[in-house]
Amino acid sequence: MMALDLSQNKHADVSYDEKERLFDEVKADDRWQHVLYGCYECGICVAACPSARFYDFSPRVIAQAVAREDVDLIYTLMSDSIWDCSQCFSCDRCPRQNSPGQIITIMREVAVKNGLQTAKEALEGYGRIIYKIMSTGSQVSPDMLQPDAFPDWGTHVYEIAENLEEWRKALPPETLHTTETGWKVDQKTIIELYLIWHMTGVMDLIEGVDEGLFMILVDVMEERLEEAGYDDITFD
Amino acid sequence: MIHLPVVKAADRKFEANPDNAPTEDLREELFQLEKEGELEVIRVPDNYIELPTKYGRMKKIPVEKTWHHKSCGQCGHIPGYSTSIFWLNRQFGLDYYDPTDQTSCTAWNYYASATSNPEAQAAVAIRNFAAAHEVGYFPLIHCGTSFGHYKEVRHALIHQHDLRRKVKKIMERLGKKLVIPEEIVHYSEWVLAMKDRIAERQEVDMSHITATVHPACHYHKLIEEDAIYDSEIYGAQRTAIVTGTLQALGINVGDYSTWFDCCGFGFRHILVSRDFSRSFSVQRKIEVMKEEVDPDIVVTHDTGCVTTLDQSQFAGRAHDKKVGLPVMSDSQVAALAMGAHPYKVLQLHWHNTDNKPFLRKLGLDIDKQWAEFQAEVDLIKAGKKEFMTWEDADK
Repeated sequence: MMALDLSQNKHADVSYDEKERLFDEVKADDRWQHVLYGCYECGICVAACPSARFYDFSPRVIAQAVAREDVDLIYTLMSDSIWDCSQCFSCDRCPRQNSPGQIITIMREVAVKNGLQTAKEALEGYGRIIYKIMSTGSQVSPDMLQPDAFPDWGTHVYEIAENLEEWRKALPPETLHTTETGWKVDQKTIIELYLIWHMTGVMDLIEGVDEGLFMILVDVMEERLEEAGYDDITFD
Repeated sequence: MIHLPVVKAADRKFEANPDNAPTEDLREELFQLEKEGELEVIRVPDNYIELPTKYGRMKKIPVEKTWHHKSCGQCGHIPGYSTSIFWLNRQFGLDYYDPTDQTSCTAWNYYASATSNPEAQAAVAIRNFAAAHEVGYFPLIHCGTSFGHYKEVRHALIHQHDLRRKVKKIMERLGKKLVIPEEIVHYSEWVLAMKDRIAERQEVDMSHITATVHPACHYHKLIEEDAIYDSEIYGAQRTAIVTGTLQALGINVGDYSTWFDCCGFGFRHILVSRDFSRSFSVQRKIEVMKEEVDPDIVVTHDTGCVTTLDQSQFAGRAHDKKVGLPVMSDSQVAALAMGAHPYKVLQLHWHNTDNKPFLRKLGLDIDKQWAEFQAEVDLIKAGKKEFMTWEDADK
C-alpha cells in the first residue's frame, strides 16, 4: 500500500493564499457549524471507519487538520484522501458530535466546484454515471448490467444481459418494464429535474470539472427543454 | 485474524428517554414553520401504526395511502426487492401509489462524486414530496440512502432559512409548493409495523432458519434519533429494524461482532473502485457472519447493502474465502413467508449468490417454480403475452 504523503511540500506549487481561499470556502458552508466541535483524539471514528481498514486514510487526521486550520495539510487531504471516504457516516459515532464524513462531503464539493485536477482524476471513469443520473434521474439502470462493466460479478451478469428485455417484462409492476431507467419516468418529471440542475448551478459545476460531459448533457437537455417550451433557461 | 469475544447486546439495556435526545423534535418545528406560512406539512394519513424511535419518541408509520418513492438500484438491478414491497401491499388490499412522476433522490451520486450541492439536493427531494402530495398520498421511501438523505434535507430546511428561501423559489418556478412530510418513513419501518399481520398470514415455516441482519448505515447513523428501536430487541442497544420482522416470522437472528460495520458499498467505490467493496464486504461482513453464526441467509433493508453483500461473494469464492450466503431484503423474506413465488415475485434470478439451498431448506419445489417462471418468459418471447401481470405472478 502506498503511504499517504502528508508533508507540507507535496503541493508547494500551489500558493498558501490559494489553499487558504479553498479552506475559507469550506468554512463558509452553512453546514460547517454543525460538523466540527473539537477532537479528543480518541480514534473512535477511525475504529468505525471502513476506509481506514483498507486505505491509508484516517477520519481523525481530517478532523484534526481542519480543527487546527492546517491549510497545507488540508489541501493535501483535499487532493487525495477525501476520495477514499465511504460516506457511510460510521464516524458520526464521535463523542464530540463531529462528523468527519460531513466535513469530507463539504471538502469534496469545494474540490469539484473549483475544478481541482485531483477531483477531475478522482471522477475519471465515473462520468457515465453522472451522465445517467443527470439525464435520466436514475443512478443505475438495468441496461448497465453488462459483463464488461461488471466482470467481477460473475456469469449471472451474462444471463441477465442476454434476457434483459424479457426479464424486465416478466416483472409484475408495469413501471418496471424499462431498461434505460430504473422505472418509467414522465417527460414532465425529467424536465423539472433539468430545470433544477440549471437553477441550482449544478450545470456550471459540471462544466468546471468535465467539459466534455457538460457538452453532451447540454445537447441532451436542450432538445428536451426546447420541446417542452423552454427556449431560454437563464435564471436569476 | 484476531478473534475477539462477541459481546451480546441483549445483555445490556438502553433506557430511552425523549428528554435525552441530542436534537429537538423536528415535527414540532415543522408545524411551527407551517403556522408561520413558511411551508406546508404533509400529514401522515389517518391509518397509521406508532413505533418507538431511539430516544422513545413515537413515530407514525402509515399503513396505506403510501406513495412509493422507488430506488434506482433496487428497480434497476434487484427488481424483486421493490416488487415484493408492492406484492405485500396488494396482499393486504392496501391503497398505494406507484408513481411515474418520481426521480431518484440523486444522493448516491452526491455521496459518490459531490457533483451537486445542498440546494439541488433539497430541490430534488421537495419536488418528489410535492408530487406525492399533489396526488394525495404520503411518501414511503424504499432506499436507505434516500431515507437518510431526506432526513438530513428535512433537518437542513427546518434550520436554514436561506436554504428554505432558495428552494421555495425553485419550487415556485416549477409551479409547486414547499412541502415536507411530517415523518420521513422507510419501507422497512412499514414492514416492521405490519409484522404481526404478515405473521398471521405466514404460509412457509421459517422456525428452522437462522439469519444475520445487516442494518444499513444511512438508516441508523444519519439522524439516529429517527430510527426504530425496541427495548425487547438487543436491549435497544441497536436498531430493531429487520430483526423485529424476522423474529416475528419465527426466524432465529444470530448476533455477530461486526454488525456496525458498513457493507462496503462506498457509493463511488461500488462503481469505480470495487476492489475495496469486494474486500470489505467479504472479509468484514460475510466471513465474520460465517465464522460466528453460520446463518442460512443474510437479510438487510437497503439497495446498496443487498447489492454489495450479494455481488461481492463471487470474487470471494475465487479466493477461497468463506462465502456462499444468500442475501435478500426483509420485504423479500416477508413475501416469501406469505407464499410469494420466488421467481415471479421475489425475482431471485437477479441475485448472484446461490440461494437454492436456502429455498430448498424451506421445502420449496424450486425446479417446478423456475419452470413456471420460464413458461411466462417463453410466452413473452413468443409474443403471446406483452408482460407478466400481478395475476400471473400469483398463479
